[in-house]
This record gives sequence, C-alpha cells and structure tokens, in this order.
Amino acid sequence: MNTGKIKQILLITDGCSNSGEDPIAMAALAKEQDITVNVIGVVDQDTIDEQGKREIEGIALSGGGVSQIVYATQLAHTVQMVTRKAMNQTLYGVVNRQLQQILGSSKSVEDLPPDKRGEVMEVVDDLSETVELEVLILVDSSASMKHKLPTVKDALLDLSLSLNARSGENKYSVLVFPGKQNDVEKLLDWTPKLEALTSIFPKLTTGGLTPTGPAIREALSSFKKKRSLRSLLGRDDESFFEESV
Amino acid sequence: MMMNHSLKNQCKLNVGQVITGKWHHNQYTITKELGFGANGIVYLAQSKNQYVALKLSDNGMSITSEVNVLKSFAKVQGSTLGPSLLDVDDWVRGTGTISFYVMEYIHGLSFLEFVEQKGKSWMPVLVLQLLSDLEKLHSSGWVFGDLKPENLIVTGPPPKIRCIDVGGTTIQGRAIKEFTEFYDRGYWGLGSRKADPKYDLFAVAMIMINTSYPKRFNKTTGGINQLTQAINEKMELSKYKNFILSALLGHYTTAKEMRKQLLYIVGEDQSNSSRVTRAQFRTQTQTRTKTSSVSISRSNTYAANTPNHQNQAPQQRQLQKKKRKSKGILETVFIVFFVTLLYAFYVIEKL
Ligand SMILES: Nc1ncnc2c1ncn2[C@@H]1O[C@H](COP(=O)(O)OP(=O)(O)OP(=O)(O)O)[C@@H](O)[C@H]1O
Repeated sequence: MNTGKIKQILLITDGCSNSGEDPIAMAALAKEQDITVNVIGVVDQDTIDEQGKREIEGIALSGGGVSQIVYATQLAHTVQMVTRKAMNQTLYGVVNRQLQQILGSSKSVEDLPPDKRGEVMEVVDDLSETVELEVLILVDSSASMKHKLPTVKDALLDLSLSLNARSGENKYSVLVFPGKQNDVEKLLDWTPKLEALTSIFPKLTTGGLTPTGPAIREALSSFKKKRSLRSLLGRDDESFFEESV
Repeated sequence: MMMNHSLKNQCKLNVGQVITGKWHHNQYTITKELGFGANGIVYLAQSKNQYVALKLSDNGMSITSEVNVLKSFAKVQGSTLGPSLLDVDDWVRGTGTISFYVMEYIHGLSFLEFVEQKGKSWMPVLVLQLLSDLEKLHSSGWVFGDLKPENLIVTGPPPKIRCIDVGGTTIQGRAIKEFTEFYDRGYWGLGSRKADPKYDLFAVAMIMINTSYPKRFNKTTGGINQLTQAINEKMELSKYKNFILSALLGHYTTAKEMRKQLLYIVGEDQSNSSRVTRAQFRTQTQTRTKTSSVSISRSNTYAANTPNHQNQAPQQRQLQKKKRKSKGILETVFIVFFVTLLYAFYVIEKL
C-alpha cells in the first residue's frame, strides 16, 4: 500500500474560546478537508469548568480527533499519546476503506473474524511507522496559559522525540493565539525540526482574548498555503492519503 | 483522566456476569476486576473451571495489536515472558460490540511489592531472571517497551518473574509504542525512542533505582547527573552503581552482557573480596573501560562493603562524612584492592 500523508491539528488550550467563529464548526470544516483536530486541555489543580470541557470534547469530536484533559505534569506524555492514537485511528480508517473496496461496502475490519484482524493491524502498524506526518500545533497563549507555556514547550520537544523515532517524515508548524497584532501568529513555519522552538518560545507574550475558532481557521489555511507552495497537481484535494503512484 | 473514565463505564462488568464470545462461543464468568489502564480493563474470570485474565477495550485496535504481540511471543522458543494467549473474541451487547482477549492469569505480587515483602536480596535475582527473558525477546526481534515494576509480576513458588501488558512491545528499529516516563530514556534525555535492546536495559536499570525510591521521583535537571545523584543517595545501591550507570548510558549492548555483569557483582558479594579469579578480573576490566566516561571510583563500592559501614544510615551524604573520618580504613582497603589487582595482572602474565 502506498503511504501518503497524515494531517493533524493539535490544539493545546486551558478553557473556552470567547472570540470569533465557533471552534467546533471550524473543526468540522477541518475534518471535511481530511485534517484531524486533536485537543488537549491543560488544567491546574482544580478541574476545568463544564463549558470548557464540553468545548474541548466537541472540537475533537467534530474534528475527528482525540481529546484529553490533563494536569500540566502529564502534558508531555499525553501529547505524544494523543498524536499517536489519532494517527493510528486515521490509518485504521484508511485501511478500512480500502478493505471495503475489496470486500464490498458493508464489510469492515470489525466484521472480519478476530484472527484475520491481526493482519490488518500489522498493516496499520507498518504505516504508522512510515507515513508522512504533518502536525500543526496551535497553542493558546491567553493570560491564564502564561505559567504553563514552559511546560507546553517541553511537551512539544518531547513530542518531536517520539515522532522522530519513526522512520517516516515529520513536519511541524506552530501557531499561537492570540498573536501580537492578529488573532493568530505564526511562531514556526513548516519544518522537520521542532527543536527550533526552544529559542522562540521564551519570547512569547501572552494576553488578550481566546479566539480558538479563528485560530483553527488560520491553521487550515496554513495547510493550504503549504500545498500551493509545493505546487501539487490539480485535484488531489486534501485527501489524507494522497495516493502516490 | 477523562478518557479512562468513559472507557471504564463502557466496559464495566459485574461480578458473576457471563460473557459469551461471538465467534468462538466460549463462556467466561467474571470473578473480579484486576486492574485498568489506558487501553482497557482486565478482569479475572472463570472458564471451564479455570481462572483466566480477560482484557476488554472499546478500542478494538489496541486489542488486536496486543493479540498480535502475544501471538508472536508464543513463537519465541522457551520464553515465558508474557502471558499465554487463550482466546480472542467479540462480546456483543446492547450498546455495541466490545473486543476482548483472554490470557493466562498471572497470579502474584508486583515486582516492588515482592521486593518490599521478601527483602531486597530478591532484587538481583529477579533482575537476572528478567534479563534472561529479555535476551530471548530481543533475539527474536522485539523490544518490550513499557517495562516497569507494575508490569512485572512475581509468580511461584518458586518465584519467577513474568511480564504483563504487552501494549508497548515494539519491533526493533521502530518507534516505541508505549512507555512510562520514569523508565523511558528519552524522558531523561539519555537517548532516542527508537526500539533497540538498550531501551529495555535502560528501563531495567531504572527499575533497580525504583526499588530504593518506591514513589519514583521527577525530572529536575534530568540527564545522567540527576540519576547518579539519586544512586549516590541510597547506600544499598552503591554496589550496583557501576552496573546501573553502564545500563543507563547504553554501554551494555545485549541483555546477556548485562546479565553476566550482574552475576559477577552478585558473585563478588558472596566470595571473599580479596580473591580475584582470572574470569572475574576480565569482566571487571571490561566494565572499567566501558564506564570510563562516568567517574566511578571502585573504592566507593569497597568502602560500602567494609563491616564498618554495613549498618550505617542509608544517606550517602552521611556516608561521606563518615568516610572522611575513616579515611584510614578506606585507604587500607584501597591498597589491598590495588595489590590484588597487581596480583591478578601477575597471575595473568603467568598463564
Ligand atoms: N495476565 C494477567 N494476569 C493477572 N493480572 C493481570 C494480567 N493482565 C493484566 N493484569 C492486571 O490488570 C492491570 C491492567 O492491565 P494492563 O496493564 O494490561 O492494562 P493497560 O490498559 O495496558 O495499562 P497501562 O495503562 O499500564 O498500559 C495490570 O496492572 C494488572 O494488575
């Protein structure tokens, strides 16, 4: 099977959006473009308010991704786990669809006897090792996040440690919201080296509103820009799995 | 954590509940919950008058993936590392289908509980057992990955170490599937997360440190310095210091090599320390060259072994104060050691 590319948005936030478009709608828009949205809620000692929690779950649900709410101390471990889990889910979906083409549309992996599923899982395992992965990281830098930002930085470096152990290629980009002038500010353009973050992150200023929706919208266009830059051919519109010949 | 809770609710079973597989039609009567983790819940169940462990998950992928690992374990000659796989099936119920697998029930205490109850002298024994199992696993192309005391159960009698939870088990050369930070060399800044035998050997060394720090500890400065410090602060670790550091720094390339060194340390403990045989001497010099990047003085080890120090407070700092006082003894010991070394050279020359 050809390995294509997996696109993910990883949103790290600590609460509710309060400006601009509905982030859940923006996540749904992402999903339509085969970009998965994962959300990690970072909380302090006390738990997150009900509204924030609902939004976090809602974004991941409509973005086809995974969500988890954790204390800052668990952030690093969670970030890599969520990313990995979402990647496997996506690949599983892709393999499933291919299988349906072979077996007829009503069949899925679950309909196979357990003994046969193992082979499918081996394919998923192989792919998750080799597939090209693009992760756009969206960091909430509103005032309440300020003291968590060093932890976020460490968690992202840890993520690159995990992903770089794969043989497949990884590309990262980092956006923060709110930005200095606009809703969103690009901190790091697409690069295979997330470590570049180390020098930029400390300079980050925090404050203002939490425009989560606009941030996701901006993230989507960042994937688009990338594609036009690489001048990919005509109609291979955002499939997770651009079948390369 | 949220996800665990929702998972827990979905896979929650009652004691006495009977589960029948959709494909193989085997029946399992739930006896009690054994534990749960990120990937599912494990129950003790009865089937055909036999106790088994049954793992359920709403995530069919992780079940299939673990089953794959258990199946390939079964092919490893003579390895009893993981539980044996008994059945794989689906359980259909009102709210949907849940995948499960059934494995051998491994009954016993976890590694730390066992060492806590039976005494620290069991630690090297269990580590030796673990290393020979790892050797077999590694030679068949796998790395265990999520090696930690909770995943090690001591069954018996006679006591025998077994591993449960193969969720992290990874083919060599790939990215480690699942890990726990304290036992992960990447977390400490001491290596990559690419699966190689040394990844597991690092975890083994951390488990040894863990026996002296049952609550673990967090990363502060990280790196080998923090871990060296942690070893220094526990006197009972001093005789393994060399050994642990070598494993942490990736100086042992195989479990076999690491095991040999541990055997040597244990042997040295038993025999009279002035008797250095040729074989022992050879291993000793080997370690020395290997660990040359870490400053380890052998005299430390010896000081800790002198009767004077045996029952001292475990704090290394205190030990150091004491050491200054008894510098004379230390020197004597050192000279004896040095002379022994020379003698060993002499013997080798003669042979
Ligand atoms: N074969 C077995 N025999 C006895 N007990 C078992 C067995 N398998 C699992 N358990 C118990 O169930 C608990 C959870 O199992 P396991 O570690 O496999 O779950 P997990 O979801 O993979 O957890 P983790 O989050 O640690 O990866 C274990 O800690 C252990 O106590």
